[in-house]
This record gives sequence, structure tokens and C-alpha cells, in this order.
Amino acid sequence: MVCKNCREKPVIKLTNSNISLCKNCYIKYFEKKVKKTISDYKLIEKNDNIAIACSGGKDSTVLLYLIKKIIKGRKDIKITALAIDEGIHNYRDKSLEFLKAFCKKHEIELKIFSYKEEFSKTLDEILKTYKGIPCSICGVLRRYLLNKKSKELEATKLATGHNLDDESQSIIMNMFKNNIKMSARLGPITGIIKDERFIPRIKPLYFLTEKEVATYAFLKGFMDKFNECPNSPYSYRGYVRDMLNSLESKYPGTKHAIITSFLEIMPLLKNHYKKDQDAIKSCSLCNEPCSQEICKTCQYIENVIKA
Amino acid sequence: MKIYIEKTDEYKEVEASTVKELLEKLKINPTTILVTKNNELVTEEEKLTNKDEIKILSVISGG
Repeated sequence: MVCKNCREKPVIKLTNSNISLCKNCYIKYFEKKVKKTISDYKLIEKNDNIAIACSGGKDSTVLLYLIKKIIKGRKDIKITALAIDEGIHNYRDKSLEFLKAFCKKHEIELKIFSYKEEFSKTLDEILKTYKGIPCSICGVLRRYLLNKKSKELEATKLATGHNLDDESQSIIMNMFKNNIKMSARLGPITGIIKDERFIPRIKPLYFLTEKEVATYAFLKGFMDKFNECPNSPYSYRGYVRDMLNSLESKYPGTKHAIITSFLEIMPLLKNHYKKDQDAIKSCSLCNEPCSQEICKTCQYIENVIKA
Repeated sequence: MKIYIEKTDEYKEVEASTVKELLEKLKINPTTILVTKNNELVTEEEKLTNKDEIKILSVISGG
């Protein structure tokens, strides 16, 4: 088995196309795919001020590096790395140290906001009394802060490191939970209609698998191990992830097929749920957008964090 | 040969002539890991010998 392009020794075999690539050809392939996603879906536009959601993990580190590389020389585009410190001992503290060093090396402005400062408790402290699934509360609090802080930074876009695995899991989770309306908010650029309360989220790694992102991060020398959040195995997403990986192993291309078929129906979904988006309210406590009188974050603050 | 599994931080002794055979013996799903041989990334077709230093890195993250 040799590289399809140059006959050098391969480092990866792409599951979707059965093509093997060497280190140099793979790096070119990966970067070309990210640029194509940005171009096809107009993820980055003139005068954009992009907040890049970073954790110090492989996906957001690759994202940060590539956005910086792609916009090089563009004086009209500004980027800021935006990190949320949930307060997960021995996990987030380590990844944020890595992120600080990475941003310093690549001369990228970094802003870090913490649950402790914003909500008065770290996630570890919250989980001492909260007995639900950790990712449920953590996801709500993190998304809330990312949206709020992006607005404070006057960002026009919020870039996230969501990859093809993340997205295929979300599509299947929404289907399994009879929550197809949530899928109308997915896609390479999120949102159904323009609403100034929501910063549009862009996903330049949308068409790359978790393994492909890890391969790029390893080959570029960013990291040689990929830590999993200690709370992740307890999530519903964790079960769906394992199921999809098992299917992918037996039937290569499964995850790509989920994304391809979803993208075909996505315009119909967005159109169908436009009316619901019009009905989005503002939380009576914090003014952030929500579907009820009080947003989920404020409900967690009152019923879990302050309790 | 001695294999290092990064996720569980343990070494295992396994006999295998290729990466594919190694992963099958360890019951590890290839879509969830990267394999390095002497610190270089390799594909499932890669041949292995007892002298090789093999590491299996989990690529799973997030929640």
C-alpha cells in the first residue's frame, strides 16, 4: 500500500474513499478540505470578527491554527481565541495551559472566562450536588457563555471545532430523541434565520472525521495524545458515538452518509422551522435568547447552583 | 511484542504481524485510534516485528 498521489509510505487510509495518503499529501488534503468548506458555505466573509471557541483539545487547536493560516494577510478579519474554563480538575486546567502556550507561540489573542467567576462555582463543585448527566448542565452553561462572551467581543461569527463525528452524533441523537427540530439548527453554519441575539456558529472542520483531525494534529506536532473529558463516558452522546463508531468499523462511510443525507434535507428543515425561530423569546432574568420565560441557564443557576 | 495503550496507560504483550491483526486481537475499533510505530503514524496494513515500539492513541474527546 502506497500514497495514492506520490507513492510514499501512507500514514492514513480514508474510510470514505479507501484512499491512502502520505504525511505531506494528507496535510495538503486536509487543509484543502477546510478551505473548501469555508468557501462553499461562505463561513468567513469580509470584515468578520471571529471568536474561535477553544479548549486546548485537538479539534479547536487545529481550527485555531488553520483559521489563522487561512486569513493570513487579511487585515479586515480579526480573530480572538475564546476559552471557557469549566473547572474540571486535572483535565481543563491542563488543556488551558497548553492553549495559553499555543496562542502565545502563534500570536493569537486569548480570552478565558470561567464558570467560577460567571456562575460562582466550578463544574466539579456543581457536580457534588447535581446528580444528572454532567454533559447536560455543562453543555448549557458553556453554550450560554460562548454566545454571551462572543457578543461582548462584538464577534460576527463564533467558530467551533465540531467535526463530522460530532455532527453525525447530533443528527442521530435528535432523531432518537424525537427532537428533529433541533437538527434544523445544525449544518456547517448554524441558525435558521438571522437573529442578532445569536452569533452565527461556523464549523470549518464539518467534513473531517475525528480521526482525521487527530491525524492532522499529530502530524503537525501539536499533540501526541488526546485526552477525553472525564465526564464524557456518562453522556448520551457517548453511547451514540460508540454505536456509530461500531457501525463505521463494519460499514465504512456510515458517518459520511449520515452527513450527506442530512445536508440534502437540511434546507427543508430550516424552512419548516422558520416560524418557531420567530417565536424565540428573551429570558426575563438575563435577556439571553430562549424558548421559555426563563432560559435553561438561569433555571440551572436558581435550581442547581444556588440550591 | 509490547504494546503501549495510551487511553488506559498500560502495556500489553501481543503477537501480531500487522496493525490490523493487532487491533483485532485487542478488540480495538480502528476508527477510534491512531497507531504509531517507532513514533511514526502507520495504517492498518503496516507490518510489525518484535523490535517495533507500538503505541495506540485514542482520538476520542469532548462530551
